[in-house]
Amino acid sequence: MRIECCYCGVRSSEEFSYLGDATPVRPESLLGQTQDDAVRQRWHDYVYLRDNPAGPHRELWQHVSGCRAWLIVTRNTRTHEIMRVDAARDLALARSK
Amino acid sequence: MHYSIFSLIGQALRGNTGWQPVWRDAELKPAYDVVIVGGGGHGLATAFYLAKEHAITSVAVLEKGYLGSGNVGRNTTIIRSNYLLPANIPFYEWSMKLWEGLEQDLNYNAMVSQRGVINLYHSDAQRDSYARRGNAMRLNGVDAELLDRGQIRAMLPYLDYDNARFPIQGGLMQRRGGTVRHDAVAWGYARGASDRGVDLVQHCEVTGIRTERGRVVGVETSKGFVRAGKVGLACAGNSSRVAALAGLTLPIESHVLQAFVSEGIKPLVDNVITFGAGHFYISQSDKGGLVFGGDIDGYNSYAQRGNLPTIEDVCESGMALMPMLGRLRVLRSWGGLMDMSMDGSPIIDKTPIENLYLNAGWCYGGFKATPASGWCFAHTIARDAPHSFNAPFRLDRFATGHIIDEKGMGAQPNLH
Repeated sequence: MRIECCYCGVRSSEEFSYLGDATPVRPESLLGQTQDDAVRQRWHDYVYLRDNPAGPHRELWQHVSGCRAWLIVTRNTRTHEIMRVDAARDLALARSK
Repeated sequence: MHYSIFSLIGQALRGNTGWQPVWRDAELKPAYDVVIVGGGGHGLATAFYLAKEHAITSVAVLEKGYLGSGNVGRNTTIIRSNYLLPANIPFYEWSMKLWEGLEQDLNYNAMVSQRGVINLYHSDAQRDSYARRGNAMRLNGVDAELLDRGQIRAMLPYLDYDNARFPIQGGLMQRRGGTVRHDAVAWGYARGASDRGVDLVQHCEVTGIRTERGRVVGVETSKGFVRAGKVGLACAGNSSRVAALAGLTLPIESHVLQAFVSEGIKPLVDNVITFGAGHFYISQSDKGGLVFGGDIDGYNSYAQRGNLPTIEDVCESGMALMPMLGRLRVLRSWGGLMDMSMDGSPIIDKTPIENLYLNAGWCYGGFKATPASGWCFAHTIARDAPHSFNAPFRLDRFATGHIIDEKGMGAQPNLH
């Protein structure tokens, strides 16, 4: 499996380290909040539950043996085909606008 | 047909022309008391123990492919009960006891071979941690022996004792651990279940789980709808996909684990040996091939095949442990799908949906658990409540904080 890093080009997957599914969104901080069941449930879902699809999967990889950038890779979990690579930073900036 | 020395001699005299198929290839009926989804080791064992222990024989096992086509035929056949945590030891020891009586129980030769499992340690800290594990095992009545370097060297002279980076200091041995012929486990349980009236239905994919007023009433399959009093899911590797049919999201990721076999050689490796400075384990099959494996590839996958960096990593670990391996050729490598749970431990439990039961999350340790998993799952389904052996393996333990993290890795499935 080879991943095309946005900054370094095509590299072998062994240069990258895998974090996991990129879709769960970290809930708001627990500080200063009433910790009701709904808040606990959101954190539980974020930390533990995964859709685990067979097919396209958006996931976080870090190019640890290269530029150390975090990437969001869209990869087919049935075939290992890499469909798209984005810099996680760019997506985060776009989301915050 | 009962297997014995007499049936063997009788068949030999008749030129082996009278053997019967080991189990019935059944047609799907419209309704059952219990439907098990997944015809692998755990599903077949569940059906067998439902019939044997709980006298529930209106049971169907539905398998998408052919019987035993998943992980029961893809693992490295190791059995052991060398666990540390209080939730794990009684369960895996019960599994070991069931392995010890399995062949008599099934009247089927599963080639259970208690050849001993040796976990090597390479540092003082690792020795202390293994001593602690051994003590925990012995407190629970499980056999464990801490061996020093001299004792290991006398048993396994061919390992690399001059390795400067990973010196072998000794090992923790469980003599009752060993290997079992994996396919025979599937066939033996299939035969035992089939003889007791269980219908084993192959090439029957479950495409939906039908609920009425919040309770499961049956499953949609590629061969039509089947009404079921209770439905048990035992489809590790694809648990998330099947559970999603009932609207459940699981604390599980599917990952690929590769295993390897070398060309056949004369008897060399008498035990199961694990390398403590990396992740590598090796044993020898009765056919002569060295069977070995290591880490999962580490990314979500449903492909049943892995990538070369992991193969290289496993072979490097093997060379660090046993340099003579370099003279052998790898004959085959293959991959299987692992239900990697969020704490590295399995789930055998009821689900929030009435009449739906879940057996999942075996990570890469499901084979050794096959008998106890089936036994406990059958108990959970039949009594609608878990047995004390599987009571800790709850689905809601992540919400309540009762996680069972044997390896201490946290909610990062690819590190368990």
